[in-house]
Parts: sequence; structure tokens; C-alpha cells
Amino acid sequence: MSGLQLQGITREFARPAAHAVLRSIDLTVAPGELLGLVGPSGSGKTTLLRIIAGLDQTFGGTLLWPDGHRPKTAMVFQEPRLVPWLSILDNLLLVAGEEHLAEAKTVLAEVELGGSEHAFPAQLSGGMQRRASLARALLAKPALLLLDEPFISLDAACAGRMRKLVTTYWQKHGITILLVTHDLREAIELSTRIVALSPAEGRLMTDRPILLPYPRQNTDPAIEQILESLRPLTQDWPQPATTDQTPAAPSYFSRARSRFLALSRSMA
Amino acid sequence: MNRATAILPAGAASALRWFRWPSLLGLLGFWYLIALLLDDPVLVPSPLATLAAFHHHLVAGDLLFSLAVTLARVAVAFTLAMILGSIFGILLGRSQIMDDLFGGWLVIALNMPALVTMVLCYVWFGLNESAAVLAVTINKAPVVAAITREGARAIDSSLLEMTKVFAVPRLRVLRRIILPQIAPSFMASARAGLALTWKIVLVVELLGRPSGVGFEIRTFFNYFDIASILAYSLAFIAIVMTIESWILQPVERHVERWRHP
Repeated sequence: MSGLQLQGITREFARPAAHAVLRSIDLTVAPGELLGLVGPSGSGKTTLLRIIAGLDQTFGGTLLWPDGHRPKTAMVFQEPRLVPWLSILDNLLLVAGEEHLAEAKTVLAEVELGGSEHAFPAQLSGGMQRRASLARALLAKPALLLLDEPFISLDAACAGRMRKLVTTYWQKHGITILLVTHDLREAIELSTRIVALSPAEGRLMTDRPILLPYPRQNTDPAIEQILESLRPLTQDWPQPATTDQTPAAPSYFSRARSRFLALSRSMA
Repeated sequence: MNRATAILPAGAASALRWFRWPSLLGLLGFWYLIALLLDDPVLVPSPLATLAAFHHHLVAGDLLFSLAVTLARVAVAFTLAMILGSIFGILLGRSQIMDDLFGGWLVIALNMPALVTMVLCYVWFGLNESAAVLAVTINKAPVVAAITREGARAIDSSLLEMTKVFAVPRLRVLRRIILPQIAPSFMASARAGLALTWKIVLVVELLGRPSGVGFEIRTFFNYFDIASILAYSLAFIAIVMTIESWILQPVERHVERWRHP
């Protein structure tokens, strides 16, 4: 059984100056694979993911799908892309259909949003919105799951639990996952195989299987070793980045609490 | 001394809303004062004389009938204009080709003097009810279309991309994603349009209908009965304000509630 084949995928942008973001990318994604797509900011990871998602039609080259058509796809975008006027629960039901109410509640509990079902997105912190967006993708029961930096703006511990949730889901359902991330350690911890895009030229540089057994711990020395061996890859990346560079927005209660404490201090 | 107002958050300005009614009472007092100073009950009738005229037309005259007839015309023309205007507005806002082709038509329609459409409708279609309602609709629909077009242009394409990846059914996208984004401009055009519609309906009635508030006002004009003109217009303003604050505003608050959770 053959997987998704990318043949000579090229994408050029006209602005600000004419430049190619992707140059003749050849890649085969095997069914059931968890492929980590890494590269620095601006290397075309998101562009490639959008092409695969069918959101970008103006590319050169061909996409060959296993059955001749795109399988059921779900995506976690870089921004949560929740519908602001629908509650979190309704946001999930929008893609899944009203009849999946019970499952929607289960998935929300799994991403630790059990108490926020009826909140509007604006009432949640950035990290909570991101988890809701992940829950929406899992509820859609995709055959192909596209993840674009799904764990940024989550605190380290929470990101760890969400990574575990994704790998468990992937193992249980045998789906194909494409994970875009700028965090090499995260890619190694999750992926069966890592593909790296070069910083500027838009070409594939590394294509390397990660043969560690699951479940993996991100403190595992073996991950450290692979990370070390791939270090030359990241040397010319513009910015070394870490998982939790974006702190989660403080919740309403933590803001209220610190305001209350400041007030009580001023009274003394 | 000014500390209390200084520390009010921005939203608390609405705490001064109760001034609205005393301020309206002030306007009434101003009217009374002018009437008193001019002392010409024919030219500027006092509020009391106007109230008396109102009572007379309510009990002995055609006030309720005229109001009902005019409101019916307003309702039909308003509904037609909202439907037609919204359809054209969405088409122009969502399709670049349609906007290029028919954007110029909209500019002409917006600048067409209301009086010209009325006269032409009466000349071409006769002095009948359909011509009257059509004239009002033609005047109002372009305004709705222009406001709705802006709303349709502002539709968030990132949400549409999301529904595309997840293959959300089209009808659900329309109901849950597109219509809620058009709703604010739809409500804005409804509110702007209600005032516009009833003003135009009065002129249409004055020009060529044997009934309605506009017709009555023409009659009073012939008899130089200013008190009755004021009584009729105040009664009508009161009705339209009631529709605005009891129907349109609550609907708008309901539609916009996610913005202020």
C-alpha cells in the first residue's frame, strides 16, 4: 500500500519580492506514519502543510493520494481558529455534527477543558484555546491529521500531557500525522521519522527515521543523543527556539488574584 | 472632587443614561418657552395644544387608521428592501466580478433622489399601492446593499479555511459562520433603514395616496393646522421609537452577545 506522494512540489510567492518558498520537494508519507516536519521560521513548513491540506492551490508539482482523493483530514492551525460566537462545545459540534455531543464532551475532558464547555473562546486563555482546537481535530476522527505547531503557548507540563494524548490517539487509531514544529526535541519525542526543511532554499535536507519505542519520555538520554547528532542541522537556523517561549496568557482569576493582593498590600 | 468620575472605567459612561429623560423634558420645556414667547397658537402651537389635537384625532379622527395604514406600507417596503438589499450586498461583497460589474449601479442607485424614483414610479405604474411601495423599496434597498456589502467583505477567511479542511457541510457553514458575521451589518442597515423608510413613506403618501399619515399631513397643510401636523408626527415618532427599542435593539443585543460575554 502506497502512501501520500509529493512530487516536485514548488511554491513561489510574488511579494514582497518574487521568491520560491518551496523548491521541488519530493516526499512520500507512509500510511500510519507520524512524520515530523522541522525547520526554522520561514522555511516553508506551514506552506507545505497548507498545500497538503488543500488550502493552497497555486503550487507546482503533484500530490498523489493513496486512494486517488484526499482522505478525511483534520488540522490544528498555528492560531486556534475557533469561531468566536460559538461556545467551545458548539465549536466542536460545528465540525463533528450535533449527534456527537457525548464524544465532544469526552474529548474536551481529555484536553482538560471539561469545565469550559459553555465558555466563549475569548473567555479562555491562549493555551486553553489551543487545546480546544486540538480537541476539535481529534473529534473529527481524521485519517490524516495535520498539526501546525500545536503545542506552543502551552506551559511545559501541559504540553507534555498533550503530546502524550496525541501519541496515544495516533497509536490507537493508526492514523497518519504530519507534525510541523520548530522544536527539534519535540519532533524527536513524537515522530517515527523526521524531515527537515532548509532555512532559506526551501529544500529537504534531512530525512531520518526515529526508531525509539513508544511511549517516549522527553528526558530519555536516547532523545538527547539524536538531538545532539542533529545539532549541525540547527546551527544555521536563525533562532534556536524552545517549546514554551510564549507564556500562557494569565487567566482572569490569576489577574484578579494579583490585583486583590496588590490592593490588600496597599491597605496595610 | 472629580475623583469619582476620574476612576470610572470607560464602560461606566452609560451610568449617566438616566439623564436622557430629563434632557428630553428640557426639550419639551424649550418648545413650551418658544410657544409662550411667540404667542401665536396657529404658527407654533404649545405642547398642550398639540396634546389636545392628538386627543381629538385619536377619539374623533382617523389617527389610528392612518398610523396603521402607514405602518403597513413601512412594513412591506422595509421587508422587501431588506431582502433585496441583503442579497445584492452579499453578492457584491463576496464576488469581485459582481462588484466590478455592478458596483457602479449601486453608486447611481444611492445617489438617485428619492423624489425622482417616486414620481417615476407613479408615472410608470400608476397612482396605486404597488407603485408607492416599490418607490420606497427602490430608495431603501441600495442603502441596505451598501452596508451589507461592507459586512460581507469583512467575512473572516481563516474560519472559512478551517471549515474547508474539516469539510463542514455548506449549509452549516452558512448558518454558523457566514450569517453571524453578516448579522451586525444587517442590524445596522435595519436600524438606519427603518427611520429612512418611514420618512420616505410619508412623502410617497403625500404625493399620491388617499390615506396614511402623509396624506393627513397634506390635508392639515392645506388648512394650516400645525397642531395636528405636530400631533401626527409625534405619534408616529413614538411608535417608531418603540419598535426600535423593543424589537430592533433587543435583537441586536442578542446577536452581539458573544462580543460582551
